[in-house]
Amino acid sequence: MTKPRTKIVMTFVGWGVAFLIFFPIIWMAITSFKTEIDAVQTPPRLFFTPTLENYTAVGDRVNYFQAVYNSVIESVGSTICCLLLAMPAAYAMSFYPTRKTKDLLMWMLSTKMMPAVGVLVPMYLIFRTTGLLDTKTGIVIIYTLMNLPIVVWMLYSFFREVPKEILEASRMDGAGPGQQLLLLLLPLSLPGVMSTALLSIILSWNEAFWSINLTASNAAPLTQLIASFSSPEGLFWAKLSAASLLAIAPILVFGWLTQRQLVRGLTFGAVK
Amino acid sequence: MTSSSLARDVAPKLEKVRRSKRGVDTRPLVWPSIGVLLVWMIVPLALTLWFSVLNYNLTDPTSTGFAGFGNYLYLLRDPALATALLNTFLLVGGVLLTTVLLGTLFAVLFDQEFYGQGAARLFVIAPFFVMPTVAALVWKNLLMDPVNGLFAYFARSIGLDPVVWFSDLPLTSVGIIVAWQWVPFATLILLTAMQSLDREQIEAARMDGAKALARFRHVVLPHLARPVTIVVMIETIFLLGIFAEILVTTSGGPGDATTNLPYLVYKTALLQFDIGGGSAGGVIAIVVANVVAFFLVRTVARNLDS
Amino acid sequence: MATVALSNVKKSYGDVSIIQGVDLAIQDKEFVVFVGPSGCGKSTLLRMIAGLEDISAGELRIDGAVANDVPPDARGLAMVFQSYALYPHMTVENNMGFALKLAGIPKAERDAKVMGAAKILQLEKLLDRKPGQLSGGQRQRVAIGRAIVRQPKVFLFDEPLSNLDASLRVQMRIEIARLHTELATTMIYVTHDQIEAMTMADRIVVLRAGRIEQVGTPLELYHFPANVFVAGFIGSPKMNLTPVVMKSAGANGATVVAPGGGEIFIPVAPTAVATPGSAATLGLRPEHLTLSDDGPLSGTVAVVEQLGGETLVYVEIGDKILVTVKLAGSGSVHVGDRVKLAVITTEANLFGSDEMAMTPLRRAPVAGKGH
Repeated sequence: MTKPRTKIVMTFVGWGVAFLIFFPIIWMAITSFKTEIDAVQTPPRLFFTPTLENYTAVGDRVNYFQAVYNSVIESVGSTICCLLLAMPAAYAMSFYPTRKTKDLLMWMLSTKMMPAVGVLVPMYLIFRTTGLLDTKTGIVIIYTLMNLPIVVWMLYSFFREVPKEILEASRMDGAGPGQQLLLLLLPLSLPGVMSTALLSIILSWNEAFWSINLTASNAAPLTQLIASFSSPEGLFWAKLSAASLLAIAPILVFGWLTQRQLVRGLTFGAVK
Repeated sequence: MTSSSLARDVAPKLEKVRRSKRGVDTRPLVWPSIGVLLVWMIVPLALTLWFSVLNYNLTDPTSTGFAGFGNYLYLLRDPALATALLNTFLLVGGVLLTTVLLGTLFAVLFDQEFYGQGAARLFVIAPFFVMPTVAALVWKNLLMDPVNGLFAYFARSIGLDPVVWFSDLPLTSVGIIVAWQWVPFATLILLTAMQSLDREQIEAARMDGAKALARFRHVVLPHLARPVTIVVMIETIFLLGIFAEILVTTSGGPGDATTNLPYLVYKTALLQFDIGGGSAGGVIAIVVANVVAFFLVRTVARNLDS
Repeated sequence: MATVALSNVKKSYGDVSIIQGVDLAIQDKEFVVFVGPSGCGKSTLLRMIAGLEDISAGELRIDGAVANDVPPDARGLAMVFQSYALYPHMTVENNMGFALKLAGIPKAERDAKVMGAAKILQLEKLLDRKPGQLSGGQRQRVAIGRAIVRQPKVFLFDEPLSNLDASLRVQMRIEIARLHTELATTMIYVTHDQIEAMTMADRIVVLRAGRIEQVGTPLELYHFPANVFVAGFIGSPKMNLTPVVMKSAGANGATVVAPGGGEIFIPVAPTAVATPGSAATLGLRPEHLTLSDDGPLSGTVAVVEQLGGETLVYVEIGDKILVTVKLAGSGSVHVGDRVKLAVITTEANLFGSDEMAMTPLRRAPVAGKGH
């Protein structure tokens, strides 16, 4: 049992640390409601008349909504592709393991180790030759390949928690692999599948290497658009803050919703 | 090699193994994933290796033909590579040290009982979900700007000269931003690991008369050893590839001060259009990453057995 | 009409042999129990019959037709799993009707069949519940119901009662036995609990390390165990297996020297290994020992267990050798008493140094159960 006094001290320390770590995001949020003049004031203004003008200004830029749209299409699209590829594979590996299954999983993991920069040059040239440069299709392909190992791993670990006997009972009942997946595994591990999907969306949404190098205007997601703020719009701090807050808000919520499963996904099941 | 021809070659050998248990043919379920990953693994890698031994510049049509190890020799003689390697290691090492130390500290802190623990924890892990470009720009402008930034204001208000972060301490500045993003990751993983620690072990240690520090040293730390290894390895993989934070803050400068390996490859291949040289840099990056990957895969594999 | 026949069936994972050649013919409407210690391969054997594990070598015939490569759902069998393996997201009704739905049977017919099975198992009121809302016993009944609905040729049970508490287990035991009579279907039942085997089986198959040790009716196994393993496995309290030394052997029986020096004549047909001076094992059921002042065994009472209707007395007859004696009523024996024990020699079993039984000569044969 923790003593009441210790608990109060810990509360101050804990929230103090939380505040410090979270502060840049708070400051960004505050700045986004300032006018550009207020935003660069020294000493910084804590009390000001909040304005929504930055948010409407962000909306005025056509390419902002284009970027939001691209981010959604690219992250959700690649996540769907990942799930379609990974679900059958994870099902097979978790319920019909062979001696090769472990090696296969490790091999999939090892493809994650390939540094993106190591294959940047050929991917850039392949995309240029095939016309995939600056297309959503191209980015969806890249993100699918990028996240596939993690998605397979996560689904594998969730599927393994479904008792094997249930699947065996359904085999006796005459269910084939497709029916087992759709009628049993999917409903039974829905929370796991959902958090896998969320993690895949988070990773794609925040991806900033391929998007910066392989997209320009057509297919540019938010990461790439915000990167373009480095100059000269970077000087407009309030607008930068508003655009940034909108860009990270949905993902922050997703991340909070799925934090526990996220640990499992990011550590390949090594920490639960 | 395409995945289908590979399927034909390997399939007969796998046949016996795959059918050995409960007689279900799982190949059509597994092969699509394996196929696309094989292609993803092999094709670009082969091309990188191939380009790295060619004279190949997108802006110079006369630059053709086999270069042998020319690109590598050129790169190795170029002081920029040594700088980039050093910067890469400093960045990875510094951020690792910071995140593991702070992560362990915070994990212990947030494992204590206090009011609103769950909510506070959400705030601590938030930076991990902030996209790199946003993190970099917010820090660079709102916080670290030498004139209007918040840090400059704090410095002045206690009578100090503001630090001109990205000129005076460029690599450190980038490191701070990256560490801010990754401390939450270390905290989250280590905290999760802490909570899987058997409470009875702590209570037993308490019964044996171990004080808080001794309990941490002899019970908690050994329990955290493995998760810390995992954090180190996973972070290493990601930190070796830091790119966006550098691009939007310093563009590798001033000079080469913040150019790491990924940024060097980007600069060589996509800014100077030297495909051959960029590929050679890519191969070096792959070699570095694989040394790390070797240890990571071994650790995770051992974990898979238990 | 459903028979199951195994001939020289084997199972191995790589180099590890799990089932090492099993021959067994199961008759129509028979209730056969596979029993043995954990790891003996009984569940594997059942799962091979079910089609959940493939057969490495040998032949499995169901109703005379080779079924080695027939997929599980096409074998006409139904299985009740140890964990029940109910579909947690489906109602009881949907659990029981799942197989019929997959087979494309119209709803009306499905409902009728599910209702029929529910009636037999008194599940009518629970049809809308999900497995999570049921007690262990109810889940067990749903699992059985799911099997009944499919009207299988053979029921397979994989340790179905091991997750229930003791009193419920007795109740379900009776219920399954009643079901067997009612449905008149072949049933194969796996358990590690010899009491379940004794009480339910028409025939028991005792397995050890992937081999059949003995097949027979419960009473055959009880009174004529083929070897030391079966003797020790069947019966509760356990048969006393006392090390003895062969003194002499003749056509009418053999004389052995028990611990403590007492000589006992056992009317059995000696086997080749029963040479004078060789080691042997004397098997005595606790009820075949009596307190008697001129008995050949003597020792000190170590523990007395009063069960009311009967008393179990543990007597130390040699260095660390305890024998159990079952006495009727509440006896007046006390710990520390010196006692002498007499043996009903016609009921005693003698096993040679090869652990195989020598045929008893003057014991009445037992009648088979059922058929």
